[in-house]
Amino acid sequence: MKFAVKAWSSGRARAGVLQLGSCPSPIETPALLLSTRKGLPPFIPPDLLPSLPSPDSHLLHVSSLHFLEGISPQTISDIGGLHKMLGLPGHTPCGRSLVKPVEYVELISSLRPNIWASLADEVPAWVSDKRNKTSVDRTIRWLDECIQLNRAVGSVFGSVVGGSSVQERERCAQEVASRSVSGYWIGGFGLGESMDERPALLNAVTDILEEEKPRLVSGLGLPEEVLQGVSAGIDIFDSTYIYHLTLGGFALTFPLDGVETYVSAFQLTNIGSDQTKINLRATIYRKDTSPIVENCNCYTCQNHTKAYINHLLNVHEMLAQILLEIHNTHHYLGFFRSVREAIKSGNFEQFRLKFSGSKRYHLASEAAVACM
Amino acid sequence: MALRFEVLGRFNRARAAQLTLPHFVCQTPLFMPVGTQGTIKGLATDQLEEIGCQIILGNTYHLALRPTSELIDEMGGIHKFMNWPRAMLTDSGGFQMVSLLHLADITEKGVTFQSPVDGKPMLLTPEESIQIQNRIGADIIMALDDVVKTTITGPRIEEAMYRTLRWIDRCIAAHQRPSEQNLFGIVQGGLDPVLRDICVRGLVERNLPGYAIGGLSGGESKDSFWRVVAQCTAALPEDKPRYVMGVGYPLDIVVCSALGADMYDCVYPTRTARFGTALIPEGVLKLKHKAMAEDTRPIDPTCACMVCKNYTRAYIHCLVTKDAMGSQLLSYHNLYYMLKLSRDLHSSIIQGTFPEFVCNFLHTMFPKGDVPEWVCNAMEVAGIDISSCCTPFSSSQDLD
Repeated sequence: MKFAVKAWSSGRARAGVLQLGSCPSPIETPALLLSTRKGLPPFIPPDLLPSLPSPDSHLLHVSSLHFLEGISPQTISDIGGLHKMLGLPGHTPCGRSLVKPVEYVELISSLRPNIWASLADEVPAWVSDKRNKTSVDRTIRWLDECIQLNRAVGSVFGSVVGGSSVQERERCAQEVASRSVSGYWIGGFGLGESMDERPALLNAVTDILEEEKPRLVSGLGLPEEVLQGVSAGIDIFDSTYIYHLTLGGFALTFPLDGVETYVSAFQLTNIGSDQTKINLRATIYRKDTSPIVENCNCYTCQNHTKAYINHLLNVHEMLAQILLEIHNTHHYLGFFRSVREAIKSGNFEQFRLKFSGSKRYHLASEAAVACM
Repeated sequence: MALRFEVLGRFNRARAAQLTLPHFVCQTPLFMPVGTQGTIKGLATDQLEEIGCQIILGNTYHLALRPTSELIDEMGGIHKFMNWPRAMLTDSGGFQMVSLLHLADITEKGVTFQSPVDGKPMLLTPEESIQIQNRIGADIIMALDDVVKTTITGPRIEEAMYRTLRWIDRCIAAHQRPSEQNLFGIVQGGLDPVLRDICVRGLVERNLPGYAIGGLSGGESKDSFWRVVAQCTAALPEDKPRYVMGVGYPLDIVVCSALGADMYDCVYPTRTARFGTALIPEGVLKLKHKAMAEDTRPIDPTCACMVCKNYTRAYIHCLVTKDAMGSQLLSYHNLYYMLKLSRDLHSSIIQGTFPEFVCNFLHTMFPKGDVPEWVCNAMEVAGIDISSCCTPFSSSQDLD
């Protein structure tokens, strides 16, 4: 694995390039680590994966937890590791989960991911200081064990925890940074801390970590959260956001050109739509023959209408999830591309303000409508 | 008539043909995957084209409920609605009512049933079935027939057959788009050769674009099943497609094709996939079985499909019945298998190697030579010599 930061914007935000052995071309960061079920992106047929942006879609997040049952490490090893088992030679799985270090490293050795994270003891924001301190101690101890047990397979990312304590975050970051790791996995976010306290926690960590190593954060998935992470200097995001959107019948629709203001044609819907997404279960889409997003070149938008997806959702057909997951993945990868472009052109802060601004504008107009 | 049917090759009763429909030029024999609600469960339309699907079957009953035929019509028809450029066939809706609804009652007017929406009694007449199918817009539409279980005997069978004949005239009269949609009549008559004969003759007199053999796959014995098919295919016109409804298993399709049938449909390949079973030349492979957990071979090492090229039985084993991807991958493989079987039937008939194909098929499925007796009898009528893969019955018990 090779990593290099290529551009900075607005202080900590950075754009870089990640090179991995099995990936055909370098992956640009900030990047999205696609979530998977047992190694494959949920619902997306493997033969339609190539229709997603490449190489952006090649970074897969494989949870080794999914393989604790059903298939043995020996069998995975016999098949030839994850890449072979998943039929994705050019893809880049990264793994982590919660088991004992010995079992974990055994599983990692059979999976042979490109990147794997050491075990972490993640705790929610509301635990006691004592428990939080224990989680940091334990995570560091496990990192030492993982490094000792295995040096052969892939690149190890050291796990950084510390809950919502700036001191513990700093202590953990310092300990991990002093060890031999290829990058950092930052956990313990999205576990009850408020949006407002997050920048200080993230910055406390990223200020300590070595600049030339990639930083992956877990638990920050919403677009606003991603922007928050990027502002703090995060490079890679793991996220089940898309999967949950899909399960809820949502499709992402926010404009990908973040600098453009989005004032026209906001639609009034009764269920949970805002300016970033629409709910295709809504009856207004029953006869809507347009694609989810005009000019979107994903498989779904090139082939199917909102009316059809609305029907598929109504009758509980699996194709609804297939089509939504394809569109949402495509769209979210496009969002990451816009973020990278904004950083490279030195406009990240502007991009971020426009993004949250257009959303606030919409919420305000929605509130105004609700008052009428 | 909105189709052309051109026989390209024959072997005795078996035929390979080109069936030109408004949306696609099909090669027969062909298998039609069932896409009940305007989608084949778990597969994208691009994937269906990729694996060689020619006609998708849609269920009128389900589509009329949701999204409704009016909406499909407004959206420009079923092809446009689901973005399927190739051919479609819709059934009449009658079969689903009788099989899915407890309180369906058939009278001369039509099928009376309780609405699944509000429980009110509703009536589906032959006219209405055709109007709905005209709005949906499939390449082939089916006449409303009076369906009775083949296991029933007595005067009800005769009544249903004569009613089916009376209803075909109402269907023909109601059909508004004969130059864009082909109305197929359905031969009824249970297991009674006399009734089947009357029905075939009655329908043939109407000179329809194609004919279906209905009322089978309802629990009758295999011996009765093939005899009905053999009788009907022999009596139906040479220059029209013949569709055996609700069939079926790969073996049934091979037998019916040998007897001169052209089209088939069945939910079996996709339904069984969702339960974790793969179709293979040897028969079936149950991916849920513990033995699969460590099996690093593909589902079928001789299969060239995307799933068999990329995945092991062990990996599919850990997906099946737990993850959507398990259904998706197995449905893909199973439909690939059925469509490949259709292509092999077509090309072997054209190339004059049909008996060899049948023998290889049977030999792989019954390596011990224990080909079921009904298959042997049907093949004898079809004029296919399968003695090379068949153990004589007198000695089959000794071998076991």
